[in-house]
Amino acid sequence: MKKYSISTISSIVTCLLMLSGFSVQAGTLDEVKKRGTLVCGVSTGLPGFSSTDEKGHWKGLDVDGCRAIAAAVFGDANKVKYAPLNAKERFTALQSGEIDVLVRGTTWTKHRDTALGLNFVGVNYYDGQGFMVPKKLGITSAKELDGAIFCIHAGTTSELNLADYFAKNNMKYDAVVFDTHDQAAKGFEAGRCDCLTSDQSQLYALRTQLSKPYDAVILKEIISKEPLGPVVRQGDDAWFNVVRWTFFAMINADELGVTSANVDAMKRRSVNPAIRRLVGLDGDKGQSLDLPDDWSYQVIKQVGNYAEVFERNVGKGSALRIRRGLNALWKDGGIQYAPPMR
Amino acid sequence: MAVVHTPHPDLPPPMISVGVVGWLRRNLFSTPLNSLFTLGSLYLLYLVVPPMVNWALLDADWAGTSREACSGEGACWVFVRLRFLHFMVGFYPESELWRPVVVFGLAGLLLLYLLLKKLPYKSYVAGFGILVFPFIAFFLFYGGLFGLPVVETHQWGGLMLTLILSTVGMLFAMPLGTLLALGRRSSMAIPRGLSVVFIELWRGVPLITVLFMSSVLLPLFMPEGVRLDKLLRALIGISLFQSAYMAEVIRSGLQSVPHGQYEAADALGLSYWKAMLLIILPQALKNVIPGIVNTFIALFKDTTLVLIIGLFDLLATVQASFTDSKWLGFSAEGYIFAGFVYWLFCFSMSRYSQYLEKKLHTGH
Repeated sequence: MKKYSISTISSIVTCLLMLSGFSVQAGTLDEVKKRGTLVCGVSTGLPGFSSTDEKGHWKGLDVDGCRAIAAAVFGDANKVKYAPLNAKERFTALQSGEIDVLVRGTTWTKHRDTALGLNFVGVNYYDGQGFMVPKKLGITSAKELDGAIFCIHAGTTSELNLADYFAKNNMKYDAVVFDTHDQAAKGFEAGRCDCLTSDQSQLYALRTQLSKPYDAVILKEIISKEPLGPVVRQGDDAWFNVVRWTFFAMINADELGVTSANVDAMKRRSVNPAIRRLVGLDGDKGQSLDLPDDWSYQVIKQVGNYAEVFERNVGKGSALRIRRGLNALWKDGGIQYAPPMR
Repeated sequence: MAVVHTPHPDLPPPMISVGVVGWLRRNLFSTPLNSLFTLGSLYLLYLVVPPMVNWALLDADWAGTSREACSGEGACWVFVRLRFLHFMVGFYPESELWRPVVVFGLAGLLLLYLLLKKLPYKSYVAGFGILVFPFIAFFLFYGGLFGLPVVETHQWGGLMLTLILSTVGMLFAMPLGTLLALGRRSSMAIPRGLSVVFIELWRGVPLITVLFMSSVLLPLFMPEGVRLDKLLRALIGISLFQSAYMAEVIRSGLQSVPHGQYEAADALGLSYWKAMLLIILPQALKNVIPGIVNTFIALFKDTTLVLIIGLFDLLATVQASFTDSKWLGFSAEGYIFAGFVYWLFCFSMSRYSQYLEKKLHTGH
């Protein structure tokens, strides 16, 4: 009994010591390969990003991020084990090694990137706080909202951002505060306010709940920065590279016009060197990432390029109908940009 | 000739004190105040019930395969119908669906056998149900034997997970709680002390804390490479938590058994365990059936708390489907369905406990 408890205590202490530096086991890539599945942390439910369909299959922009990594590593996008996580346990799950990567609409901030022992891989969705107004008001810019009444979800950063924005522009507003997003949307529908404010991706989701969704418009202005992206543990650069370049491959494919539909044809016929490198015909292929040579081909073939994934889950092909906006490619006026694959 | 006196037969009671009218007068309109309350209640019911029936049944949409099938006037049960299977078994692969069906079918048959009167070998069936069946159920759910593909626990969900969590909780809480209750009443200092500490510790923290500890903190304390399954952690947490409550319920039963019974058992020369098993516990447990079932019902509903640690029980599965972008805005239907399922199970448990009470009411 006594011996046992001492060994327990000592192992706890060792663990705590190791945790204090957040030094986590190296070689996530090897571990994932050995296990044969990717364990991916997703949200327990966020419209368009990760949710379950009628059959109980996970769908969404973040979920496709997980699938892309599995396609790159195993050549099979279905070898993913989803770990639905809430906001509180998501970082612990990653730190403790329970999941390999976290793709859960997590805002990239300095604190999370540094103090928590995590690394943000990139931004798969540029979100930000926006405004939704009834079409009949004829408002086209947030600058015209002086004196408007707002429906807000209590206790969120939206409230603070709104106050900042109006103070900065020397405008006045009144707020009606609600407990949940749903209630705020109901209040908006009932005409309790002129404008509903929240993160844009949320606004698009709330809009589909209105009885006449397309009688409301979402203004272009974005008044806060919410860059959402995949997260990995700090200190495992090989794995960081795999996750990062999987994402970059999707952006590059978008830029080069390679889609899941035409990737086979491109692989056979394309003479464009950039495309030949992308689909794994030329260049260093998968070697420097320690992945199969056709890794990026598999990502594009099985999951699609960034545009396909975006439109399918949150854009034109979904009920949310979110415009690309900031998430358009750099050459189309957005800020999605990936370094070249060479 | 003796005159036989035949009394005049009783007149029937006045019309207004018998039948429907009499019942109404006695129960609903006995005083002016009661009449007022009755009319008021009727008015409230009139305000609430017809719109509810309209929404839930008359104007509701049942057929169809997409949200366009819903007119928006009444409830959209299409949402629940399409997702029914998902609500029942969570992420369980479709090709393996026969396994939960077999398990729950078997469980249903076992229960039915135990509930029906006058069937032979009931104690053997009960023993099989408690000692052997859980293992069969586990191997069918999990697989990995006899060529059955493994279905990992993260794919378990829906009502199936709710039932697993609550049955495992009940199966462990009962014996463990009994031991703890006996320990707490023991005259030996060490078992008593340990039981008191255990019970007070687990009763002193909310279940949500236990679950949170098990999911967030425990993994950090575990040595590298050792990873306990999330479901297993939750199961252990729930079982230990529940056994502390069960212990107190059973202890109240032990206290209700008259002292003479203990002395009689001693006088017969029975050992401690024999006295407990043959004389004290049967009486004690019988006395606290309402308490035990109460705890079980509370446990059944408490299992919904696992949604905060990302396990998808019935409620969590229902809630998660609210976020499907194709089906936003049908939370009312989902919650009503989940509420109805919970009510169905809790109500059956409560009826069964009343049946047991009547059946076991042997004394006095």
